[in-house]
Amino acid sequence: MKLTGAEIILECLLRENVRVMFGYPGGAILPTYDAMTKYTDRLHHVLVRHEQGASHMADGYARATGDVGVCIATSGPGATNLITGLATAMMDSVPVVAITGQVPVAAIGSDAFQETDVTGASLPITKHNYLVTDIEELAYTIKEAFHIARSGRPGPVLVDVPKDIQTAVTEFEYPEGPITLPGYRPPASATEEQVAAALELIKGAERPVILAGHGIIMSGASRELQELAERAQIPVAQTLLGKGCMPESHPMVIGWMGMHGDACCNYAIQEADLLIALGMRFDDRVTGNLNTYSPNSRKIHVDIDPSELNKNVRADVPIAGDVKTVLRQLLPDVPSKTHQPWMARIRDWQEDSDERDILKSYDGDKLISAQVINDLWKYTGGDAITVTDVGQHQMIEAQYYPHQRPSTLLTSGGLGTMGYGLPAAIGAKFGKPDEEVWAVVGDGGFQMTMCELATAMQENVKVNIAIINNGFLGMVRQWQELFYDHRYHATPMFNPDFCKLADAFGIPNMRVTSRDQVAASVEFARSTDGPVLIEYVVEKEEMVYPMVPAGADLHNMVRRPKRGEVKA
Amino acid sequence: MSEQNENNKVVVVALVENKPGVLNRVASLFRRRAFNVDSLTVGRTHRPHVSRMTIVVDSEQTNAYKIASNLAKLINVIDVQVLSGQPHVSRDLALIKVRSDDADSRNAMTEICERYPARIIDVGPKVAIVEITGTETLVAQFIEEVRPIGIVEMIRTGVVAMGRGTRIHDTEYQPVFQKNGSRQQNPL
Repeated sequence: MKLTGAEIILECLLRENVRVMFGYPGGAILPTYDAMTKYTDRLHHVLVRHEQGASHMADGYARATGDVGVCIATSGPGATNLITGLATAMMDSVPVVAITGQVPVAAIGSDAFQETDVTGASLPITKHNYLVTDIEELAYTIKEAFHIARSGRPGPVLVDVPKDIQTAVTEFEYPEGPITLPGYRPPASATEEQVAAALELIKGAERPVILAGHGIIMSGASRELQELAERAQIPVAQTLLGKGCMPESHPMVIGWMGMHGDACCNYAIQEADLLIALGMRFDDRVTGNLNTYSPNSRKIHVDIDPSELNKNVRADVPIAGDVKTVLRQLLPDVPSKTHQPWMARIRDWQEDSDERDILKSYDGDKLISAQVINDLWKYTGGDAITVTDVGQHQMIEAQYYPHQRPSTLLTSGGLGTMGYGLPAAIGAKFGKPDEEVWAVVGDGGFQMTMCELATAMQENVKVNIAIINNGFLGMVRQWQELFYDHRYHATPMFNPDFCKLADAFGIPNMRVTSRDQVAASVEFARSTDGPVLIEYVVEKEEMVYPMVPAGADLHNMVRRPKRGEVKA
Repeated sequence: MSEQNENNKVVVVALVENKPGVLNRVASLFRRRAFNVDSLTVGRTHRPHVSRMTIVVDSEQTNAYKIASNLAKLINVIDVQVLSGQPHVSRDLALIKVRSDDADSRNAMTEICERYPARIIDVGPKVAIVEITGTETLVAQFIEEVRPIGIVEMIRTGVVAMGRGTRIHDTEYQPVFQKNGSRQQNPL
């Protein structure tokens, strides 16, 4: 069958089980957009309002489903606008394939109109990338791109396709069979020695903690993790991206770790005699000062990326492997154990934290973020997919919206990309049309990508948007308050009237200023078709506690005072 | 001649696909990971589609595992071996243009060359070009001896290295597509 390059791209997408792609047309990708007219029944294209939105939507789709998300853009500015979304996906190991148009092969290197060296520009923020200069290589390259994006430690892959490759014609023959790449062999399992060494440490531990990360979710190892935690009675601390990998209501889950994580997790990590790190990478936001990090523990570190082992924290038993496979190797010989004194110590820390809970101590009139998010949790049955932006609301979401299932908290953890929330939520809804999806965003981040309201409306996507509006770039303001002597420079925001803004897009909306309206607002959002925007006007100068100041020891958290205690 | 490892150096050898952009990927990796490269050489092998890189990095800043594991992550890097700490031979080559405008300088140069694996490969009335091939340390020693004569121009190639004995570092890699775009073989 003779096909054009453009048709080959779309045929390959169908073979990869792609049903939706997020993109924006332009000169160098027009042949592919024209070819789409023959595929509209099988391949849905979502027109975004800015290509950054396309890359975040592909990311949100991928995180929600575990499949590869696809975005598509033209050359030059179209492609460079994808960059932030690709970097976001790279840092959080999200499988995304980006297809970009390029100027014709003969024009490459001539500074042609809308020419950018996109493979060069995206090189450090993609897992791999390609510039296709031969029509014969196109199908195989796209197959390879999907294989690399989804296997091993997943990540974004970009395929740059010059316009004349899209219009060239060749015999299309889909490359069947598995891809073999001589330089790409993701590790799978642990050696017998590693298994024995890890079991030895587990058997001997008195104060163990499991650190469960995003890798648990990506390898589908939730059940194995739970079995390990239950059998050996090991408390589980989750990372931000690992949240939901085990139900947060499970008695062995003690919370989440890091800069704004649960104090009990951070204390437990510091006092542990064994850390079992599973599919996490000891990011500086979870370790604090590396020199004082968990000083008395032995460490087992399982990660599919060998370069993560011994990168930040030295492991006694470093294991390069797929965490599900490795857990299955370990489980047959994991003994039944209890750690009563250790669990009791952790419960004490949890009780102390309960007394510092702002929901219990706050007696002001103004609505606060923790109330909004906790009520959102309550009225959505704790079962929605929440997609956050970046900042205070993101941390408060993590604190006050416990997740029971994997892939129900989508958030930009590694890169901390403001503007992620709304487009990623749209992408997530395309991936999980039967699930309730909430974008929980701040007033700052929302304004970075709010043009995607038009996309949501054009596609009639049922996403509920909760804007937590404090009129500040709240997290930056918090740092200014704590570390820059209250100099609130460039953090107060002039904001549009978000409800009128929603009106302009034809989006049903509501403004909430007191707690007694929150339940009705959630009900309104859930019962209204299409996108809904709720603006929650909250206290302007909230603080997120606990907080490990950047570079401080993990146990030296700034805590919220207990009820009745005077703030020092 | 065999030799000990150069002090405080990590010597890594990588077999890479011989195609455009691969050197850029390696260089970009070293830059973004802040690996301080002493030298990086790349050249062809006996296999037309495989190039070989020898990379020398200061080990006080970066350990060998970190460099090797990051290099191995690059899709176009087929195989990585750390040679430092293992028996291996290494060679550096330098071309040195020295002053040769009087009898003293010419005699001194000739005398030094007799004691080193070095030879004078171009002689003019004012300057001469000397070539030396040897270990990095030996080349460095040689340069220090030549320096008083008057070095006017110099280039070192950087180290190439190879494991000794039957530790073979090779790959049977064949690309899926040849340069003319035709499929050389059914890859699957």
